[in-house]
Amino acid sequence: MPFVLLNTIFCRYLKPRNDALTAFPRKPALLLALVVLTGLAAHPAGAQSAIAEGEKLAFDRGKGNCLTCHVIKGGDLPGTIGPELKDIKAKYPDRNELVAILFDETKRNPQTMMPPFGRNRLLTDQEISAIVDFLQTL
Amino acid sequence: MMKARTALLLGSLSAALVAFALTSPRVVAADKVDPVADAKAFQNFFFQKFPNVKHEDFVNGPYSMNEDMKRQWQEKEEFPPYEFALDAGKEMFATPFKNGKTYADCFPNGGIGIRQNYPYFDTGEGKVVTLELALNRCREANGEAPYSYVKDEMASLTAYMAFTSRGKAMDIRIPDDRRALEAFENGKRYFYTRRGQMNFSCASCHVQSPGERIRAEVLAPALGILNALPIYRSEWSGMGTTSRRFITCNSQTRAVPLEPQADEYRDVEYFLSYVANGLPISGPGARP
Ligand code: HEC
Ligand code: HEC
Repeated sequence: MPFVLLNTIFCRYLKPRNDALTAFPRKPALLLALVVLTGLAAHPAGAQSAIAEGEKLAFDRGKGNCLTCHVIKGGDLPGTIGPELKDIKAKYPDRNELVAILFDETKRNPQTMMPPFGRNRLLTDQEISAIVDFLQTL
Repeated sequence: MMKARTALLLGSLSAALVAFALTSPRVVAADKVDPVADAKAFQNFFFQKFPNVKHEDFVNGPYSMNEDMKRQWQEKEEFPPYEFALDAGKEMFATPFKNGKTYADCFPNGGIGIRQNYPYFDTGEGKVVTLELALNRCREANGEAPYSYVKDEMASLTAYMAFTSRGKAMDIRIPDDRRALEAFENGKRYFYTRRGQMNFSCASCHVQSPGERIRAEVLAPALGILNALPIYRSEWSGMGTTSRRFITCNSQTRAVPLEPQADEYRDVEYFLSYVANGLPISGPGARP
């Protein structure tokens, strides 16, 4: 077997050692997200601020840090590892698809470089939701 | 999108291969440790992925991947920023310890022109010995305190030793010893295992993505990635040892770094150096 491809295989056998954080309970985040979402539906002004918040989270180096790998309109010093994020709504009309990509892209593509932001608790469900709102404006 | 599709395809392909391997003992047997075949496959992977890069150029890290950067670097090499470390290293190397001995007494050929043979597998100890480790052992054997593995003194010494070996082909041996094969295999496993919150393996960045930019930095190819060490980095405004680079790569991706010269780091250095056999030593290096 071409061992150059082995990394997906190893990660199936060996639990990454530093993933202690994945053990956190998820319920509170879900609840919070629900509360926020209900709030949003009632107040369109809230949607605007969720988009702004999503952009901030996406660009923040300590949070999404999406510019590490993606060109995104309005962001500086992007990397080239992932595709440019544009025309997102046309490509992914269903926002759940975007949530899934952010939650754990290794589900779609075991080899992907994209970190599993949700699964590994890099972002909360609420933060992912805000970023998805922002992505849908691109 | 093409890229993503191919990756998807490869992903499911290797998943299929695992499933196959799990049900077929014969395949598992055929998959036994074969460093010669591994090194060949490793080198071919990069030679085919970058057909325009001259083989001996892979040892120049990000510069081998990007023409513009290469030009800037070649201009910089006229006044190399690691020169101060080279001068310091040369002097340290020649200065006797309190007991009158020198580093030269600890190494084959007085320590000159031998960088390409490190790390080596020590059959007495049953472990990999890196150049940094050998230097500190030399100090301790002569009654001196060891140096930090991540600071300037160690970088200066290894810079000087690399410099005296420039152009020599990496020449790492795997002795006929079960433990040496295990060390190689262990290093390979470490290199390909995903870890940390970001879920990266070393290979994610240095096999899957060399030449790509991660933010503003161009990723070095894994082939020959240690031949240029130690390196000067403007970002560090100073020199970095191999230990420092490994720890930085781990912590920047929010993986818990190991202690310098932990067994896994020694093994990964053994693996990466062995698969670079035949490629010239180019250290010390300078990076933007
Ligand atoms: C370390 C690299 C990396 C980081 C960081 C990263 N991505 Fe990705 N992303 C990728 C890669 C590579 C792909 C291509 C698909 C694949 O590999 O499966 C991708 C694909 C995507 C896609 C699908 C795009 C398409 O055209 O199909 C979206 C949407 C996306 N990323 C959003 C994000 C967001 C939002 C963030 C930050 C919260 C982010 N990514 C952070 C590497 C990254
Ligand atoms: C998410 C990305 C990423 C991961 C994961 C990563 N590195 Fe790096 N590595 C970098 C970047 C960025 C640099 C600096 C630019 C360059 O030289 O490639 C670098 C540089 C290096 C260098 C110096 C290369 C040179 O010529 O300057 C070595 C050696 C190295 N990495 C080894 C490793 C090892 C071993 C691992 C795993 C323990 C690892 N890296 C994991 C991103 C990464």
